[in-house]
Amino acid sequence: MSDKIIQMENVNKWFGDFQVLKDINLEVNQKQKIVVCGPSGSGKSTLIRCINRLEEHQKGRITVDGNELTEDTKDIEKIRAEVGMVFQQFNLFPHLSILDNCTLAPIWVKKMPKKQAEELAMKQLQQVQIADQAKKFPGQLSGGQQQRCAIARALCMEPKIMLFDEPTSALDPEMIKEVLDAMVNLAKAGMTMIVVTHEMGFAKEVADEVIFMDEGMIVEKQPTKDFFAKPKSDRTKLFLSQIL
Amino acid sequence: MNKINFLKPDNQNLSIYLYSGSFLFFIAVLDVFLGSFFGMNITSFLPNFISFLLPLILGIIGLHLIRIEFSGIRNLDLLNKHINTNIFNAALTLLIIFTVIKSIPPIMSWFIIDANITGDTKEACTGSGACWTYIKIWLNRFIYGMYPNELQWRINISFILLIGLAFVGLIPSEKIKKFLTLYYVVIYPIIAFILIYYLISGGSLGLEWVETGAWGGLSLTFIVSFFCLIFCFPVGMFLALGRRSQLPTVRYISVGFIEFWRGVPLITVLFMSSVMFPMFLPEDFFMDKLVRVIIAISLFEAAYVAEVIRGGLQALPRGQYDAAKSLGMGYWKMHIFVILPQALKLVIPGIANTFLALVKDTPLIFVVGLLEIVGMLNLAKTNPEWLGFAMEGYVFAAIIFWIICYAMSKYSYNLELKYKTER
Repeated sequence: MSDKIIQMENVNKWFGDFQVLKDINLEVNQKQKIVVCGPSGSGKSTLIRCINRLEEHQKGRITVDGNELTEDTKDIEKIRAEVGMVFQQFNLFPHLSILDNCTLAPIWVKKMPKKQAEELAMKQLQQVQIADQAKKFPGQLSGGQQQRCAIARALCMEPKIMLFDEPTSALDPEMIKEVLDAMVNLAKAGMTMIVVTHEMGFAKEVADEVIFMDEGMIVEKQPTKDFFAKPKSDRTKLFLSQIL
Repeated sequence: MNKINFLKPDNQNLSIYLYSGSFLFFIAVLDVFLGSFFGMNITSFLPNFISFLLPLILGIIGLHLIRIEFSGIRNLDLLNKHINTNIFNAALTLLIIFTVIKSIPPIMSWFIIDANITGDTKEACTGSGACWTYIKIWLNRFIYGMYPNELQWRINISFILLIGLAFVGLIPSEKIKKFLTLYYVVIYPIIAFILIYYLISGGSLGLEWVETGAWGGLSLTFIVSFFCLIFCFPVGMFLALGRRSQLPTVRYISVGFIEFWRGVPLITVLFMSSVMFPMFLPEDFFMDKLVRVIIAISLFEAAYVAEVIRGGLQALPRGQYDAAKSLGMGYWKMHIFVILPQALKLVIPGIANTFLALVKDTPLIFVVGLLEIVGMLNLAKTNPEWLGFAMEGYVFAAIIFWIICYAMSKYSYNLELKYKTER
């Protein structure tokens, strides 16, 4: 096995008659950071949701950490446990405190002793600077704090890969920075990351590669510098001219 | 001196309007009050029709006079803002006040003043009001059914023990708190069953056997309701999950089960359970009719509970499922720790509704010959010694049921508050 942690070969997916992913080929190395951008409806979210099989692909192969995702993958839970995900809408569990949100999965999925799980959770919450909110409930926190808690919750499972599905799109402008800071720190710590985002500043700062998607296809895939300096396709140029 | 305009009261001559308005209103209420309580008609010198309508007219004029904008008196302003906003609302207010005043004397006289409670026979009831003697004499039967008098201590002890054990949750100890759910969901029902089986039913441990046909009255209402509530909830929960399952077999079985039980009336279900069901059992297999009835009602109500819970499951955003899955939780972990706690919290009012309906459905078990409190009433009212007191019986049963249901409703409301979290 090489250091390719995610491999996607000719992945196709349909929602009914509508094809959302068309012949996606993508390889992600360990510790690589990839930013996916593109207009809405271009299949970015579907792409990363396929990586932990929240969506099923219908054609092609997806291999995560050496395990191929197929219909009869028995231990899909084990693969998911190694792939952390952060959502646009935070999706914290509103009936549990921040600390319990973070310890729930380690305790019940990884069978970690409660005390150890709580120590780990506090450490992760410290990393994203909301350790003082641990006893509160998600509803009592601001959007930025909730999203940072969601990052901490995913990290408590000690995943090998982190997926971010537009983590800042539902936030007030002044809260975006605190979440991006947490993500930059994570990137510097050497996490493998795939981030769907429109924050081009973030892409320039941390991404190794930037992927531009449109209508279910990967239109452009270039190292970050080249992507912004000399985009090849006209579609990418148009997109960049509109959001930069 | 400002000009007084009775058509448009203002706060220039506040006291004049206020006093005259209040006086008219007082006269109106007094007229109705005297008429209702003492049978006096202080306006009898007027034609009948006018005399009848006079309080309403006086009241409306009175309320009109005190309808002063920005009077500066806080309570008056509140009154004007909420009750006395215009002539229509004033008239409605007056009608409600008059109705209450009018209905107090007859209710009082039936319940208390003209009612009888002394004596032991029907002849003691001489007044025109309720005959509580009837309830008093039959109270024992209404509570214990046909259970032999000298053995009723067994029911009393069982119920006292069960009520006592229900309060274990109040012990403020961290050690016990961990096991409370297990206790209430599994251990407590088992204790209840053991108590009822050995103590109330008897037949072993030197206790005389009392067949379930002799059980009855309020104690039977409690026994049937208790076990049905306990059984229908988990069954309903699994049906709700089954109906949303990805596995077609599980889904179709759940849908079929729910739609079957929701489609038939409870009374036919009970009838089948006692008449048809035994035909399908082996010859030597015996199942008590009380058990059959409890199973039948539980399955029937489970179908309703299932649909209520399904509503809660559907109200949860898909993100909650995604988040739980992305953390590596399987189906059961996801549902036990993430989905069900939230869904059940959402449906507390709906569940309470179903449970109240269940308690009020228990009288239907008379079709299999089990007589709980309403069944006993029906029996008592046909007793030749005590003919003609159905009214008292039904009022009594209504009050008992209202107390039970109100307590349940209050409890469910407290649960709602307890588990309320901000989203």
